Amino acid sequence: MSLKQVHSEQPKEFKFSNENLKKAEEILKRYPEKNKKSAVMPFLYLAQRQNNNWIPLAALKYIANYLSMPYISVYEIATFYTMYNLAPVGKHFIQVCTTTPCLIRGADKIVKLCKEKISPNENKLSKDGACSWMEVECLGACVSAPMIQINDDYYEDLDEKSTIEILDSLIKDKPLKPGSYRGRKNTAPERKQLKNGENYA
Amino acid sequence: MEKIMLKPEDKIFKNLYNELGWEIDNAIKRNDWKDTKDIISKGKEWIINEVKTSELRGRGGAGFSTGLKWSFAPKEVGSRPHYLVINADESEPGTCKDRDILRFEPQKLIEGCLIAGYAVNAHVCYIYIRGEYVNEGRRLQDAINQAYKKNFLGKNACGSGWDFDIHIHYGAGAYICGEETALLESMEGNKGQPRLKPPFPALVGLYGCPTIVNNVETIAVVPTILRRGGKWFASIGKPKNTGTKIFCISGNVNSPCNVEEEMGIPLKELIEKYAGGVVGGWENLQAVIPGGSSMPLLSKKICDKITMDFDSLIENKSGLGTAGIVVINKDQDIVSCMARIARFYKHESCGQCTPCREGSGWMWRILDRVAKRKATFGDIDLLSDVTKQIEGHTICAFGEGSAWPVQGLLRHFRKEIESRCREEPLIKKKVDNPYLVDQHLLENKNA
Repeated sequence: MSLKQVHSEQPKEFKFSNENLKKAEEILKRYPEKNKKSAVMPFLYLAQRQNNNWIPLAALKYIANYLSMPYISVYEIATFYTMYNLAPVGKHFIQVCTTTPCLIRGADKIVKLCKEKISPNENKLSKDGACSWMEVECLGACVSAPMIQINDDYYEDLDEKSTIEILDSLIKDKPLKPGSYRGRKNTAPERKQLKNGENYA
Repeated sequence: MEKIMLKPEDKIFKNLYNELGWEIDNAIKRNDWKDTKDIISKGKEWIINEVKTSELRGRGGAGFSTGLKWSFAPKEVGSRPHYLVINADESEPGTCKDRDILRFEPQKLIEGCLIAGYAVNAHVCYIYIRGEYVNEGRRLQDAINQAYKKNFLGKNACGSGWDFDIHIHYGAGAYICGEETALLESMEGNKGQPRLKPPFPALVGLYGCPTIVNNVETIAVVPTILRRGGKWFASIGKPKNTGTKIFCISGNVNSPCNVEEEMGIPLKELIEKYAGGVVGGWENLQAVIPGGSSMPLLSKKICDKITMDFDSLIENKSGLGTAGIVVINKDQDIVSCMARIARFYKHESCGQCTPCREGSGWMWRILDRVAKRKATFGDIDLLSDVTKQIEGHTICAFGEGSAWPVQGLLRHFRKEIESRCREEPLIKKKVDNPYLVDQHLLENKNA
């Protein structure tokens, strides 16, 4: 599916923190006892959150041991799904949706801005190491296009001006609030005064 | 334009824009969880029959009768438990309806889960949310916790005598996991690669147990149907295409929005009334993708008259899919738009079946050449041939989903494509344009 590069410098050891160990036990309770394997995806997320938003190979081995799975199965899953990062990403990780509904509303301009402001290449950290960006496929907020996801949050209804503001705020490490940048309420139709004077809702 | 709109009292999702609050107390004020116990006490057969009467068709894309699907689950629980799985892996480009249900109407979904779970003999329900919807998942978890607190879930859920638990499982960015068997594989801790059907999940699904997989919107409308009666739902819309539907209107319109409307509403009315019209006026319309990117696009001529329901779109060689409407006006380069969709499918193919894995790359490369005016005349037939080789030769419907949009483009815009293919074969001209290169190299170049 996706092209993934495993980071060249790997930590030797990985262990869930005590807090995550508790969470892991909670997660295991959701699935039938003989189907522990189901917890592999939530576990990978736990590892990713614990380790600055990327998963080292040691964590894959640790999870494989934890769930009594072959290492290769965990590796397979970590490389199949796009959201598991196998190399460091920025503290502010920007994902730009460029699929058609966003593209026709100007996602390419956002990509251009990211190249200028963050780093010339995808998946490469910015100079100060705090930000990185990548192009992704549809993020499922098409009526709020174009949009970007920064870490967990959606920034919607963007244009060049607001994108610059958002990117600048990230560079300054004071991220702006997520949500619509055209001041509208969620996905409601905006009231428009049309030419013939009729007011459509 | 003269047609009567959906009456406000017939809208099911009254809080689609979060004007009334998503919390459980607000939801109860909107009649969620009203008489749930009585509904359940009427029995499984009554519930399934009422859903059959409503003629509700699945909202996830395929449009299969929901009542019928439920009736496939074994009537008695044997040695294996039954499961209910909710598909909230909404990734079809152009679609964002489930996101609003998860954020703003979670109680409708949760109540629907309980009723559906009871109807198909399931005590456990998993909701598979796409991984990007982190905040939506947190919201849903909050809503589930609120429902537990009120004893609407858990042991003797809602006083019905039925034990019921809901768990959330996050996906991790794979479009293919929206396919029901791939979703089950993913839940079991494997790569999301679809299974061969039959056996269908209703008999052999999650962990090999009978499993019913439904879309979020399908389940969320069920409680209202049962409260107001299947006949009420069937009276809205058109025969066999009944009820209300959330339409997502995106692309080149003045105000993109989500809106709940009657099935069978004319496309033009939908765009002009709710989405503020096409940018540059209706005459500036080039094409519309009516049901998420997998559905073939419609030319303007068809858009003038088409109504938005399953059957009339199938008549026009397209489909309602998820009702994600992407409007493309004449300012856009239609071939580039479709080339981008082809790239989406190339990226998202799970790689299990060769025709899809290789073919989706072929389609993207050829369309990319056409968009750059570097294609040859022979490429058009080659492209058409590739789509035919994918369609019907894959385990899941992803093959069709990737081939149909390209076929739609060829059907409606063949002249446009031909006008761009005036080049001599590239091999003769020695143009520095990769013809059949490894797609990784090409990708790096475009990055």
